[in-house]
Amino acid sequence: MSGLNADGFSLAARQPSVFTDLMPPRPRYALCVFISAFVVASSVADDSQKPQEPVKPSATASAGQNSTDSEKGRRLFETHCALCHGPHGEGGKGPTLAQPTLPRASDDESLLRIISLGIPNTEMPQAKMERSDIELVAKYVRSLGSLPRETTSGDAARGAQIYASKGGCAQCHMIHGEGGVFGPDLSEVGRRRSLSYLWRAMVDPNADVPQSYSAWRQDVSLPENFLYVRLTTRGGQEFAGVRVNEDTFSIQIRDATGAVHSFLKSELAELHKDFGKSPMPSYATTLSIDELNDLLAYLASLRTEK
Amino acid sequence: MKTLFLIPLAVFVSLSAVAQVKVPFERIRDAAKDPGNWLTYGGNYAGHRYSPLSQLTPANIAQLKPAWIYQSREAGKWEVTPLVVDGVLYVSERPNIITAIDGKTGRPLSNYRRAMPSDVPGCCGPVNRGLAILGDALYVNTYDCHLVCIDVNTGKQRWDVVVADYRKGYSMTAAPLAVKDKIIVGISGGEFGIRGFLDAYDAKTGAHAWRFWTVPGPGDPGHETWGTGDAWKTAGVATWVTGTYDPDLNLVYWGTGNPCPDYNDDTRPGDNLYACSVVAIDPDSGKLRWYYQYTPHDVHDWDSDEVPVLVDAKIDGKPRKLLVQANRNAFFYVLDRVTGEFITGKAFAKQTWASGLDAKGRPILLPDKVPTAAGTLVYPGLEGAVNWPSPAYNPGTGLFYVHAQDDYAQVFYKMKEEYSPGNNYTGGDARNVLGAEPYGAVKAIDPTTGTVKWEFKEQTSSNSAILTTASGLVFAGTRDGYFYVLDATTGKPLWNFQTGGAIAGGPVTFLVEGKQYVAIAAGTGLITFAL
Repeated sequence: MSGLNADGFSLAARQPSVFTDLMPPRPRYALCVFISAFVVASSVADDSQKPQEPVKPSATASAGQNSTDSEKGRRLFETHCALCHGPHGEGGKGPTLAQPTLPRASDDESLLRIISLGIPNTEMPQAKMERSDIELVAKYVRSLGSLPRETTSGDAARGAQIYASKGGCAQCHMIHGEGGVFGPDLSEVGRRRSLSYLWRAMVDPNADVPQSYSAWRQDVSLPENFLYVRLTTRGGQEFAGVRVNEDTFSIQIRDATGAVHSFLKSELAELHKDFGKSPMPSYATTLSIDELNDLLAYLASLRTEK
Repeated sequence: MKTLFLIPLAVFVSLSAVAQVKVPFERIRDAAKDPGNWLTYGGNYAGHRYSPLSQLTPANIAQLKPAWIYQSREAGKWEVTPLVVDGVLYVSERPNIITAIDGKTGRPLSNYRRAMPSDVPGCCGPVNRGLAILGDALYVNTYDCHLVCIDVNTGKQRWDVVVADYRKGYSMTAAPLAVKDKIIVGISGGEFGIRGFLDAYDAKTGAHAWRFWTVPGPGDPGHETWGTGDAWKTAGVATWVTGTYDPDLNLVYWGTGNPCPDYNDDTRPGDNLYACSVVAIDPDSGKLRWYYQYTPHDVHDWDSDEVPVLVDAKIDGKPRKLLVQANRNAFFYVLDRVTGEFITGKAFAKQTWASGLDAKGRPILLPDKVPTAAGTLVYPGLEGAVNWPSPAYNPGTGLFYVHAQDDYAQVFYKMKEEYSPGNNYTGGDARNVLGAEPYGAVKAIDPTTGTVKWEFKEQTSSNSAILTTASGLVFAGTRDGYFYVLDATTGKPLWNFQTGGAIAGGPVTFLVEGKQYVAIAAGTGLITFAL
């Protein structure tokens, strides 16, 4: 608890001024919230990868956990994991780890496996750590589950109204089967993402977009990296949307209405990929601080406890 | 009555003796005179993957259409380059299956299956890249390290010898090379702390003929390049891609793999011979004639197993016998294949580890490009600027065509690792760089200078081999499933077909009843095209 407060997670009080000061108003070319939801793609890993053996829990490490090990586990976590999962596992680009049960790692063995092998087709890589260190990190991750959940001062019910009306979020995002398919599904985004990450996604969508496309490596695969593409055909027609497939001779995009367009590259006069950008507009100026807080509270409430 | 019975029998015997498949050594050596067939892994002993067949041309290639598809009953990608003899294709399916396929219809004629243990610790799955044929027998390396001889006419096994113990991390995926009366085989397992070698067996009997250790033992020249400890015993240096052969010089050329542990060099000070090298071996004795080490003391897993292609061309106006290789370390090398002398070399893809090559071709290393615990970003990544798929050389255009990967970095990590038999022994790993999109490309390179003349970009790197023809075509496949054709002179795309499966095989072209076909392994089968 003290750790959370010390690092400034009383977001309702601090973050708005910081972000609104930093972020200039952006043109709203589409009313949609575009948040880099954690990728949940299931796929078979290509066997051209050189696989590593999953780490098995060792008797010595289980028996010998002490405060030094715990401290080392924390340091390793901060070095290898915190960039995506947050310094306290509160979640960021990677999902929240500070919860009692982890959806993909219900037991220690599965947690060790995920840390050592990564998750195919996501940005979760194989750990580049000694095996004994992986065990320390796993123990530290488990300890995060007892931390209290972040809180926000916003009103989730009002936030839901903003989501559906003024925010126009449902045009692009889906929650439990309702909404658009242009952006990531938000059904469980409150469980996966920290408040600070959600706040930043609303006011500065470009700050963190997945873009580690590789069709065959253990990275985010198409279409989950939502790369925004603008193109012009030889006939002069212009199209824009997120890339759902690209290969040597063709590209397919999904436009903001959800329609898929397919092109042979030989038909195109121009092809531009907006690496590092999100098609979502910033809400830093279109919503008030209170409205953003309410929307934040609503997004944070989107969770299905297991 | 007696006469009537005897005459037809005599006719039958003589006809069947003529019609049975026979591929003596001389027929492989003179493959250029036999363009309707594909008799050895690289198309000819020089590894050219070049066909004189000219029915398919830049003018008519747009009309190329599928003729038949052979689909495997087993799951898993194919990486085979088929052999073609007198209208029949011979392919290795995974795991340990050999099928003869009718070239006209795609229907199987014989099928050899051999059980495989489930605990082979290979790095990359039970793939197989092809066969050798000699006389009336097919030869295949199995994933669990047997060399098997099969009667080409019946598909029945003649003999089966154990090459290595797979429990120690060895595996076999490459096509054997048939030279004179011997079958030469290489082994895989460079990530498992094996001790690499090249082996030869008597083609008739399977008797072991010789072994060349790619990591010299105590007392042998080069042993001192591994430090004073026991590192040499688990030093890797696999021989996992089929080599080439010069009948006039009577030398076999074979690329060698990375030293082990790949990323952690604490136990192996020195140049680590003959890792990341090409070795020139007398096929009769197995003796080393010369070697050339491309990457001394490798720490990035940059095997040099890429096919050493034999090219005859002029350097400074003088005809030379060359050996050229596009190396995983991103440099293209031109060597004299008589002596092993370095002639020239040049980077053909983005690299950040060396400022160049010195007068003898040794890389001039840049500082801080070795793996560390915190990670070091280096171009190219571990898969290299090129990997194992075979390149092609077209004497007509004078160009060398290779499947490269460019703008490709990885972060290399060094970690501690203890050796244990049959387990990964890499001492680190490499991780992709988020936000980067490296690309694949067919690059056309002048084999006398290493200069890239053109490139055709692919979305990602490809493990398909390349085929080129006298009519000016280049055939290649992509990881995203396209089989396609480029103009061999300009690199302009002329035709493509989406096969629906990642392509990691080698395209071959051949004649059936006088008509030209081209075949490519894609996904889990073989697709054959014709006009």
